Amino acid sequence: MSTDRKARIATVSLAGCFGCHMAILDMDERLIDLMARVEFDRSPLNDLKRFTGRCDIGIVEGGCCNEENVHTLQEFRRNCDVLVALGQCAIMGGLPAMRNAIMHSDDPLRDCLDEAYLSSPYTRNLTNTVPNDPVLPLLLDRVYPCSEVVEIDLQIPGCAPSGDIIHDTLIALLDGKFRGFERTELRFD
Amino acid sequence: MDKPRILEIDPVTRVEGHGKVTVHLDRQGNVNEARLHIVEFRGFERFIQGRLLWEVPVIVQRLCGICPVSHHLCAAKAMDRIVGVDQLTPTAEKMRRLMHYGQVMQSHVLHFFHLSAPDILFGFGSPAEKRNVFEIIRQNPELGHRAVLMRKYGQEIIEATAGKKIHGTGAIPGGINRNLSTERRDQFLAQIDEMQDWALEALALARDYCLREKDFIAKFGGQPSNYMSLVRPGDGALDLYDGNLRMLDARGEAIFDQVDDSRYHEYLTEDVRRWSYMKFPYINSIGADDGWYRVGPLARMNTADLIDTPLAAKAHEDLHAAFDTPLIHGVLDNHWARMIEVVHCVEKIRELLNDPDLQGTDLVVKGERRHEGVGVIEAPRGNLIHHYKVDENDQVTFCNLIVSTTHNNEAMNRSIRDVANKHISGQEVITEGMMNHLEVAIRAYDPCLSCATHALGQMPLKVELFDSNDVLIDSALQSP
Repeated sequence: MSTDRKARIATVSLAGCFGCHMAILDMDERLIDLMARVEFDRSPLNDLKRFTGRCDIGIVEGGCCNEENVHTLQEFRRNCDVLVALGQCAIMGGLPAMRNAIMHSDDPLRDCLDEAYLSSPYTRNLTNTVPNDPVLPLLLDRVYPCSEVVEIDLQIPGCAPSGDIIHDTLIALLDGKFRGFERTELRFD
Repeated sequence: MDKPRILEIDPVTRVEGHGKVTVHLDRQGNVNEARLHIVEFRGFERFIQGRLLWEVPVIVQRLCGICPVSHHLCAAKAMDRIVGVDQLTPTAEKMRRLMHYGQVMQSHVLHFFHLSAPDILFGFGSPAEKRNVFEIIRQNPELGHRAVLMRKYGQEIIEATAGKKIHGTGAIPGGINRNLSTERRDQFLAQIDEMQDWALEALALARDYCLREKDFIAKFGGQPSNYMSLVRPGDGALDLYDGNLRMLDARGEAIFDQVDDSRYHEYLTEDVRRWSYMKFPYINSIGADDGWYRVGPLARMNTADLIDTPLAAKAHEDLHAAFDTPLIHGVLDNHWARMIEVVHCVEKIRELLNDPDLQGTDLVVKGERRHEGVGVIEAPRGNLIHHYKVDENDQVTFCNLIVSTTHNNEAMNRSIRDVANKHISGQEVITEGMMNHLEVAIRAYDPCLSCATHALGQMPLKVELFDSNDVLIDSALQSP
C-alpha cells in the first residue's frame, strides 16, 4: 500500500455483538499510533454513515442475518480493496447462526420468533403477530457467514480476536508483509 | 413543504449495535411520529433451549461484546440458584464483583469519551467528519490518551478475573474458576491512584457540562418518569452487583421496593409492537400506556439512598443538591451520573484489591438442585434480568431476558419524539446537525443495540418520516 498517503479503513458490524469492534479499541495506545498511518471511512465509531471513497481495507464483523446485512456486505466488497472478515461470526456465523440448527425443528426461524413474541409467558401481544413493519429488514432463512455472500480476502480468527492479532495483521497489511497466522493464533477462544 | 416526508437515520452511529430512527413529518413539516427501530433479531430465548446449564454463562455473553461481563455474571447468578447456591464463597463473590466493577468502568469510559464526548466537546451540530474519538485524540491528545488508558485498565481487570478481555470464562455456576495473583494485584494497585485522579477529572468535565447547560438539558428529551434499579437490602445503597428491585415514581415515591429479584415478572410485563424487534416493558400496576420507566446510571442515582464509597457518595450528594426536585430527569444528566459511577467503581476496585480474600482458594460451592433461577444485575446501561428453567438432564428448557436497553425502549422513543418536536418540527431545511440531535438523545441512554437484538439481530439507527395516516412519506439519511 502506498506510504505517501494515509490508508483508508472502513468497518461495519453486521450480525455480530460489537465485540470485534471493542477488540479494535483493545489495540489501546497502538490505535493512537495507528492514526498516523490510517484514517477511518464509514464506521460505527464515527458519524460517516456511507462510503466517502474507495477504501484500502474493509473490516466486517458479523455474518448476515437479514437483507440489509447482505446489501451492506456487498457494498463493502465493491468499495474495499482488501475485505477482512473479523471474528467468528463473520467467518462462520458464530452465535447468531445457532438459530440455523434447532433440534427437532422444521422451521427454526419461525420457532425463534414464536418464542420471543408469541409464547413468552411474560409478554403481552395484543395483535398476536411478530413484528412485521416494512421498516424492519426481512430476515434471512439462515444466518450466513460472509464468505458465502461475497469473496473474502482474509479472515482474522477469534471470538473476539485480540487487540494484538488485529494490530499485527493491520500493520502487516499496511506494510505489504502479511504472511498468514501462526498456528497458535488459529483458534476460536 | 408540499408533501409529507419521512426522515431516516440509518444507521445510528456511535452507539453499540445497530438501530435506525424514523421521523414522520406532515405537509407542514410538523412531526407526527418519531421512532427508534431495532432491526435485527437473534432468537436467543429459543436456541439456548437444550444447551447445558454450565454453557449458558459462556454462550449468552456473546449477545453483546460491549458488556459481555454483565451477561456472563447475570447468567451465572441465575445458574447459582439452579445449582442450589444462595451464598458464594467470599473469594468467588469478590472476584465477580471485581470483574463487574472493571467492566462498568471500561464501558462508562468508552461511552463517555469514545462515543458521546464528541457531541459535548464539539457541539451537536458540528461537522459529522469531526464528531469522533479520533478527533478528540487529535485536538486534545492528553484527554484522548487518558480515555484510552482508563478503558484499558477496566479491560485488564476483566482479563485478570475472566481470562479474556472480551467473552471470558471466569464465573461458573456456584462460584468462580480462579483467584487473583498477587502480581496482578500489585500491577493494578500501582495504577489505581492515577485512575482515581482521572476519574475525578472526568466527573468534573461531565458535571461542568451538565451545570453549564442545565437550562438546555431540562428541555432536551427529558421528562419525569419512573425509575428502576437494584438497591442494597436494608439501607437502599447503590449496588451494581446484587440487591432487591426498587421502582420509584417521578416524585420519588416507591411503586414497589425491596422486591426479591426472582419475582420481577409479577411487577413487569413486556409489550410487543409491530415496528420494532425490541419489546416495551411496563409496570403491571400502572399498565402498558403509562407504566414505562427508565434504568441506567441516572435511574440509579435517583433510586439509591446512598453510595458506600466516600468520593462517589459526595458526588451523589452534590448531584442532588444541584436540583430542587426530588429526582433528576434530564436525559443528558446521565453523563454526570455515569461519571459518578466511574469514581465509585475505581473506589470499589481499590477496596477489593486490598482485600486478601481475592487470593483465597475456596472458589465453588454446591447445593441442592432447583429447576428455575433468576439472575439480576445492574449492567452499565441499567438493570439486566436473566431467567432460566433447567431440567433434570441439565438442559435449558426456558429462557427470558430483559436487557437494559429494552427497559429504556419507551423512554428512548419519547426522548427522540420530544427532540424531533423541538428541533425538527416546522423547519424548512433539515440539516445533518439537526438530525444528530436525535442521536445525541439516544446516545445519552448508552443503548446497547447488540443486547437489544437478542430477540433477532441488529439495530441500525435510521430516521423515517410518516404522515398522520402512518404512511411512510419520505426517508432521509442523517449523513450526506
